[in-house]
Amino acid sequence: MSRGPPLVENSLPDDPTPPPLRTVPLDAWHRALGGRMVVFAGYSLPVQYDFTGNLAARCRGGVMAEHLHCRAKAALFDVSHMGQAWLTGPAAAAALEALVPGDIIGLRPGRQRYTLLTNEAGGILDDLMVSRIAPDRLFLVVNASRKEADLAHIEAALPDGVNLAPIEDRALLALQGPLAAAIMTRLAPAATSLPFMGSAALDLAGIPCLVSRSGYTGEDGFEISVPADRAEALAGALLAEDEVVPAGLGARDSLRLEAGLCLYGNDIDELTSPIEAGLGWAIGKRRRETWDFPGGEPIADQVRNAPSRLRVGLRPDGRAPARAGTMIVADDGTEAGFVTSGGFSPTLNAPIAMGYARRDLAAPGTSLNLMVRGKPLSAQIVPMPFVPHRYIR
Amino acid sequence: MPFTDQSHHETRFTKEHEWVRMEGDIATIGITEHAQEALGDIVFIELPEVGRVLERDEACAVVESVKAASDVYAPLAGTVVEINEPVVEDPVMVSKDAEGTAWFFKLRLADRASFASLMDEAAYKAFVESL
Repeated sequence: MSRGPPLVENSLPDDPTPPPLRTVPLDAWHRALGGRMVVFAGYSLPVQYDFTGNLAARCRGGVMAEHLHCRAKAALFDVSHMGQAWLTGPAAAAALEALVPGDIIGLRPGRQRYTLLTNEAGGILDDLMVSRIAPDRLFLVVNASRKEADLAHIEAALPDGVNLAPIEDRALLALQGPLAAAIMTRLAPAATSLPFMGSAALDLAGIPCLVSRSGYTGEDGFEISVPADRAEALAGALLAEDEVVPAGLGARDSLRLEAGLCLYGNDIDELTSPIEAGLGWAIGKRRRETWDFPGGEPIADQVRNAPSRLRVGLRPDGRAPARAGTMIVADDGTEAGFVTSGGFSPTLNAPIAMGYARRDLAAPGTSLNLMVRGKPLSAQIVPMPFVPHRYIR
Repeated sequence: MPFTDQSHHETRFTKEHEWVRMEGDIATIGITEHAQEALGDIVFIELPEVGRVLERDEACAVVESVKAASDVYAPLAGTVVEINEPVVEDPVMVSKDAEGTAWFFKLRLADRASFASLMDEAAYKAFVESL
């Protein structure tokens, strides 16, 4: 079994050696299951699997089959590349709240919230999940590509008595799909009493985990933070359930696109605002009175005056996908925007995309043209999600 | 796989993972089993128009998998004389029979002798193993 390239110290500032490839605790496990490993955010991770044995009997493998298995039954994703961290101290919630538009002080213990790190211009530095495990203890999950920048940004803003501690010794798994809850009940009956966006410390198959009822697929499901040295035991216990197959980054991306969920770096970044991105719901009610977070003023101004562009869903005619970067052109030939994520929807058996469109062209039903390989491809603005969410409520 | 009539139906290959099968003056072109395996689920295929004159190595067709778009290049110079419409209608055909019924297009070669410049099966196999 190959284990990836040897680690190389990148010692000189102008050393052209690329940073060493990082591996997740389940690296060997993925390879043994037929994972096709690719590099994502500096980590070696499976993009899809070539299943053998009893997994092949459950699922053909490949992005499309893994995707459809998640929608039909349940799929297990390894998202250990994402950054996990503790933020602790009596003023932890207030300290984080100073950096995000979400209501973190009002987040009750046992609950999780999606929020954004914003900059002074109102752009998005990252999107993240915050769980309040105890009144003075927050558990953060940030994007892999942003983790160093996020942690430095948060650390720099902390008052005395609040401590940020990156978690390097835990894996993060996601069990997603309509049967996820039934499967979790067999491992820990308490897990299924978690509400949507609830979180709790639970033992799964005898392993102490942090579990939240959330995910990135639009399905009911759970995200499970597990000690790295027990990750393989937990993944094995979940795969022992007949309904589960592992799924790679390919299916993770097509599932989140169908669910209309943003991918940081594609659909949102430092040059997009929460309002343009349609993430205004992540601004807490109380925060809308004071706008006392980074970029609060420019964001408030966009709420009052409407932004010049909006994130939209797109359905191209025909079967050709329009990928990220595709220009959007209005019927009168004027520039209308660009695609930020695009691909093929296995559920709809049709291409789907999201992107930013000029406000006057952003209403559902509007016809536009996508410039695919130099030719205009007709497309319609549609509401998102493309595939209805099936969260437990 | 041995070919019963090598002089008329020899298959050769490119480093871009296309196969080329000669029958008289006409070269039939498709993507290799290795290519379809690497691409994964193919969801869209765009083929050149009949009559189009292609330079060698010119991008002339597109294969879109769930993951990404890939160009297909003209392995040799020639004129497109026929395209495989069923494979456009049903791209899944490629995953079942990439080197047979799921051919992409046929070229009348500008220079019949250019075919010999492509890799034979043994050379292509060695090339794939070297990747």
